[in-house]
Amino acid sequence: MSDTAEGAATATEAPTRQRRRMSTEQAIEIFAIPVIVAVGFALYAWWRNTASLDSVELSSLEWAAVWLALGEHVKLTLVSAVIVVFVGVPLGIMLTRPRFRAAAPAVVGIANAGQAAPAIGLIVLLFIWLSGQGWFLSFSTATGKIPFLPDTVGFSVAVIALSLYAILPVLRNTITGLQGIDPTLVEAGRGVGMSNFAVLRRVELPLAIPVIMAGIRTALVLLVGTAALATFINAGGLGGILTAGITLYRYPVMVAGAVLVALLALLIEWLGRVLELIAKPKGI
Amino acid sequence: MTTTESTPPTQSADRDDEGRGSDVSGAEIRLDGVTKRYPGQKAAAVDNLSLTIPAGEIVMFVGPSGCGKTTSLKMINRLIEPTSGTILIDDNDVRRQNADELRRHVGYVIQGGSLFPHMTVAKNIALVPKLLGWEQDRIDKRVDELLDLVSLDPGRYRARYPRELSGGQQQRVGVARGLAADPPVILMDEPFGAVDPITRQRLQDELLSIQRELRKTIVCVTHDIDEAIKLGDRILILQEGARIAQYDVPEVILASPANDFVADFVGAGSSLKQLSLARISELELRTPTTATIGEAASEVRSRAESNKDTAVVVLDERNRPRGWPWLRQLKGESIVEPTEDLVSLDHRATLNDALDTMLTNSHGGAVVTGDRDQYLGVVDFVAVTDHMRAMQEKANANAEKGAAEQEDHDPSQRVTAVGEQTDERPEPDREQQA
Repeated sequence: MSDTAEGAATATEAPTRQRRRMSTEQAIEIFAIPVIVAVGFALYAWWRNTASLDSVELSSLEWAAVWLALGEHVKLTLVSAVIVVFVGVPLGIMLTRPRFRAAAPAVVGIANAGQAAPAIGLIVLLFIWLSGQGWFLSFSTATGKIPFLPDTVGFSVAVIALSLYAILPVLRNTITGLQGIDPTLVEAGRGVGMSNFAVLRRVELPLAIPVIMAGIRTALVLLVGTAALATFINAGGLGGILTAGITLYRYPVMVAGAVLVALLALLIEWLGRVLELIAKPKGI
Repeated sequence: MTTTESTPPTQSADRDDEGRGSDVSGAEIRLDGVTKRYPGQKAAAVDNLSLTIPAGEIVMFVGPSGCGKTTSLKMINRLIEPTSGTILIDDNDVRRQNADELRRHVGYVIQGGSLFPHMTVAKNIALVPKLLGWEQDRIDKRVDELLDLVSLDPGRYRARYPRELSGGQQQRVGVARGLAADPPVILMDEPFGAVDPITRQRLQDELLSIQRELRKTIVCVTHDIDEAIKLGDRILILQEGARIAQYDVPEVILASPANDFVADFVGAGSSLKQLSLARISELELRTPTTATIGEAASEVRSRAESNKDTAVVVLDERNRPRGWPWLRQLKGESIVEPTEDLVSLDHRATLNDALDTMLTNSHGGAVVTGDRDQYLGVVDFVAVTDHMRAMQEKANANAEKGAAEQEDHDPSQRVTAVGEQTDERPEPDREQQA
């Protein structure tokens, strides 16, 4: 019967059917950012090879040293990001379950404080405290055995400090994302006979993914910027180039360090956007 | 005053008989002293509710908001756990079963369909069969079967996402999801509350035709008394605390409300409400001149003139009505497909729906279609008013007869209930509540 009455409705809804997964604005960002980063890096390389630099500047901006610092920076960022996701998302899920819901404001408050505290203070204080603890030293040697990860105490401490610092957006967005789901959908899930866990896995999480991913992207951006501070506890990263430029009064080195951090930040942000787009379930 | 087992001799009898062709696949639901008390609230949300919902019937729960009708519904599939009392489906205590397992065997349909937006139509419908561990082949077949049943072309809609459907289509898929595992009992919570009136009317007609085929036990919550009258084999009118104000077939509720509360709730125009009880199929249809697309216009015109018709119904090659133009609108040599959309009525639509449709066109009538949109004829205003008058007279006669009977029998019982039922629900108690 329906087709006469609703044929018209279907026709007007046809455009949504073809709706692309991303808007024009998103598409520009997705395609333009890698180009900007590539051009920026090419300009840096050209400057590095043609500018007249003194011996101090040359040794600070040695390609091998830059690659090493870049690698360390990426490792700091990504390892912290993984920890943030693996702690923040389950914690967020837990805090939206009826049993622990009451604890959510307190936990979010603590996470808020973690982010409000100056990152540099957090890193240095944690280092002073943890590098004196025997258990932590053995923990850090153990984690150092993981391939590609540096085995320095500084790296372990930096990762912990960065994770504390960046957990808030992931935690908060997980909670917001899950709370934002239409309760009738959760009830519909329960109503058709899904267990609580099935509703979480098949309804709540997929629907909250866009919000959670936005939190992860924010965390990535925070992490890539803050990782520059890791150099103060000897954990490497591009911050080393920056501080070298400052302490040695070499402005070209300082600017070069800043430019490299900025390019990496852009790239990581882009990575976050791509992940967001991939993870978004079809249909929403 | 009310009855659960005996059906009073009213029009409902013929209405029920229509569908008795197929076997009842529903199960009986019995609520016994069901109470729900929320912590911190003085009054119980549902206070000692006892009723029997016969297998294979549609029972509508109506009442003002906050009367506990939705709570009562949700206790049947344990989305809300009763504080006390028992609920039996087909003589099995629902609280003795695993809640998730129970819900897989009770269909659940919610307002707007509540489809999962990240799942395709097919995946949404397949949810319960998947949970029950059906094989993929069987699930695929079932999904197509159900889409057909709710009048959606499987090939076209199977792979769509909910946001690509109109509200009415989403609601259809919601109904299909509720029916997926062929449950004996289906619970509906304001199922058609979120769609426009025309779509709602169609969905209601469709539900009735599905029900004629399947004979499930359907419990449906609504705040719309007209919907309750149209869909319900029985209507349960609830007062605050889910106390029963009246539980009876629609005809009795309209003709003799148990108390002022029911009378107020049903509304003053209860004779108008009778319009929601009568179907177009009960009326005699007029058959004006028809024309087929492609026919010579001059022939049609002369035929219409000899019939003294000023308008003709244009049918397509498959006998489906496409338009209802006036003779002066017939231009050109042959009949062409009309450009305007024709709003036609299903023969199962109520007289209320018919009046609505008549008011939107200039003919003072409406084109009626049967199964698969086949043309049946035209219903006009006079036919509806004649039928109304006849119904009114019949109702008055019944009411007088009922009043006479009441004096003959025990004055506390307007309609005699079956013995065992009376024990469960002492009548005096109810009188007090009322």
